[in-house]
Amino acid sequence: MTLSLVPSEDETMLRDAARSFLAEASPVSSLRRNRDRGIPYDTELWSQMAQLGWTGVLLPEEAGGSDMGHRAAGILAEEMGEVLAASPFLSTAVIAATALRQAGSDRLSQIAEGAVTYALAIDEKAKFSPRASALQAVRQGNSYRLSGRKCFVADGSSAKRLLVLARTSGRAGEAEGLTLFDIDAARAGVTPQRSNTVDSRDHATLIFEDVEATGADILGDIDNGMAAIHTALNAGQASMAAELLGLTSGAFSMTAGYLRERKQFGRTIGSFQALQHRAAHLWAQIEITASAVANAGRVLDESPDEADLAVSVAKAHATQTAQLAVREGVQMHGGIGMTDEFDMGFYMKRARVGAEWLGDYGYHAARVAAARGI
Amino acid sequence: MLDLSDDPEAFRANVSTWIEAHCAESLRAIPQAEREICWGGKGFTFASQAQHDWMKAAAETGMSAPRWPVEYGGAGLSRAQEKIYREELARLNAPTPLESFGLWMLGPALLQFGTHEQKLHYLPQITRGEIRWCQGYSEPGAGSDLASVQTRAEDMGDHWLVNGSKIWTSYADKADWIFALVRTDREAPKHRGISFMLIDMEAEGVTTRPIRLISGASPFCETFFENVVVPKEDPVGLSRIVGELNRGWDVAKHLLTHEREMIGGGAQGLLGSRSLGAFLADLDPEVLEDPVLKTRAMALEIDSLATAMTLERYKDMAKQGGVGHASAMLKYAGTELNKRRYELLMSVTGSDGLEWDGPHGTLAQEWLRTKANSIEGGTSEVMLDILAKRVLDLPSQ
Repeated sequence: MTLSLVPSEDETMLRDAARSFLAEASPVSSLRRNRDRGIPYDTELWSQMAQLGWTGVLLPEEAGGSDMGHRAAGILAEEMGEVLAASPFLSTAVIAATALRQAGSDRLSQIAEGAVTYALAIDEKAKFSPRASALQAVRQGNSYRLSGRKCFVADGSSAKRLLVLARTSGRAGEAEGLTLFDIDAARAGVTPQRSNTVDSRDHATLIFEDVEATGADILGDIDNGMAAIHTALNAGQASMAAELLGLTSGAFSMTAGYLRERKQFGRTIGSFQALQHRAAHLWAQIEITASAVANAGRVLDESPDEADLAVSVAKAHATQTAQLAVREGVQMHGGIGMTDEFDMGFYMKRARVGAEWLGDYGYHAARVAAARGI
Repeated sequence: MLDLSDDPEAFRANVSTWIEAHCAESLRAIPQAEREICWGGKGFTFASQAQHDWMKAAAETGMSAPRWPVEYGGAGLSRAQEKIYREELARLNAPTPLESFGLWMLGPALLQFGTHEQKLHYLPQITRGEIRWCQGYSEPGAGSDLASVQTRAEDMGDHWLVNGSKIWTSYADKADWIFALVRTDREAPKHRGISFMLIDMEAEGVTTRPIRLISGASPFCETFFENVVVPKEDPVGLSRIVGELNRGWDVAKHLLTHEREMIGGGAQGLLGSRSLGAFLADLDPEVLEDPVLKTRAMALEIDSLATAMTLERYKDMAKQGGVGHASAMLKYAGTELNKRRYELLMSVTGSDGLEWDGPHGTLAQEWLRTKANSIEGGTSEVMLDILAKRVLDLPSQ
């Protein structure tokens, strides 16, 4: 490994700029407002992110991107997590950008401009398992007909385009025989049903009924869709881990602040050793997660074909720490932590959704075990 | 002689030639896990002539203390050069020529707080492996609350009269000298009346008694001082106090930071030398059919890898200006992880792991030894206190 795990000057500047922008443009109160109005995310915020160049963080300069890399993408995701900013950043600027770039798609500049948003349609059951995909893409003459159902599709009811992992041969459970399609979400036969998930974001079930696709819609090779999506999934998982790290840090700041202010029994509750030790333990876990997240970004930038282990360590550890942070956050706030008026609940709900998306702790622990001979 | 070229590649070539010339192949053939440490000191029995010669060669060039200034017996290497030296040692499977509490602890304290004359006298004795030091901090009544030391050094005009006892003095029965915290002002607040004193273990009235641990080993001793005379100015004209009189706590705090990094880092060394997967591969594969054991192993591996990344990240941060009190986190996380690791190893080896010297060698002893990791050098609870107060700024009232 050549890169240091300490952020570079450019990365620190990116973080500072993102932090001050998001504090102003997307405080947690905007998530509350969107939730109350039933809006999954601010399109205005998304345009501003595109103007700042965030949509091009993983795209080459000739497509209008800055090509700063996965660690920079993680820094942006982390800052969004800190204030729970909702946007199609992970689906579009991380996952789709990585998959389309690998496939040599000509839509990269549209992503960089913020002109198009994407959703990844991959899950079919309650647990993440790409190879379990059964949605059929049946060949008819020069085209394919897609039929089936995808669930837990992040940004699935709002995205303009869809990445769909469909089965062109073999059977559910096999890694071979899957093909990655890039299609217009408005294509005839696609019906999104938005789910009312606890984090108030856009998650949808998509019904595919005889949806037409052609060879031009295919990213990568026919029957080898897992290779076409592999690095994009790692990128998405690493950025989700980064978002969870930011979320954890946001929740922890609130909790530590409360411990310094709240008085009971004539003392500041942060002076009780029982709480001090739990807070210090949690802080230690956050530092450890931060290292795993920085390393995942570094490995994706340096040797993307060998990133499974680093990414899974990051996603698993970030999941574990985020859940600890929000549980402790509610408990240490006491009754007020249980109220909707207080923001901690938003952190807890997003942590639960982030824990599941693109593989939960068990999925990633199994990948770590496989890589390490356990 | 060793040519300390400024050019990194030339330095690497020189240092590796020098290692090969002076560290015998017989030493380099010994696996890391089975190496006998070269501690040096007046009464030290070398494991082999080769071990003796390697230490001598290092002492002559200062490479036993690569970063220390040349005038004090070191080699005066830069941080980058030292890194290359360590890399070459590892590549050639050469042991470090000398290890000691003098190198790890007293030396850094003297370099920071000692007078020029003290450094000139004591440091070369350490780098040449002539004097073996031990540390006298804890007392029966002063463990985690280290600042409440009671061992007294009374001012008798031209000398100090030392009375009291120290506990957990590592290898005191094999050491030549001890650096100890003693109370020189009984009226002052407890942090302000302590001095950092150097005492000859051969002085009349000093006795030691090894403490047998639950692991069966006795690396620690109790050390007793009964009317021990410590000259204020010894025959070579040096003060036996390091730093200012009554300000020994500053020296102790500085050293504790060193010690914590060492213990936290040591836990990582164990992790690095033997991967969990490699260990499990040698066992009955049915062991991991137990879903509870498998789950524990998976979780441990995730935490181990993430913690290893944290050590690396903190090293990078230290190069850029230090980590301060946050180093307590490394000590806490590293030692708790190591305890978990050995609990798992004991579970997966089952009854084979229960013998003192059984199919898994000294596993049982190592398992018991790890229990001290989160006690020595400041308990896990003290580390959490430091993080809560110094890093998180949580109030004391």
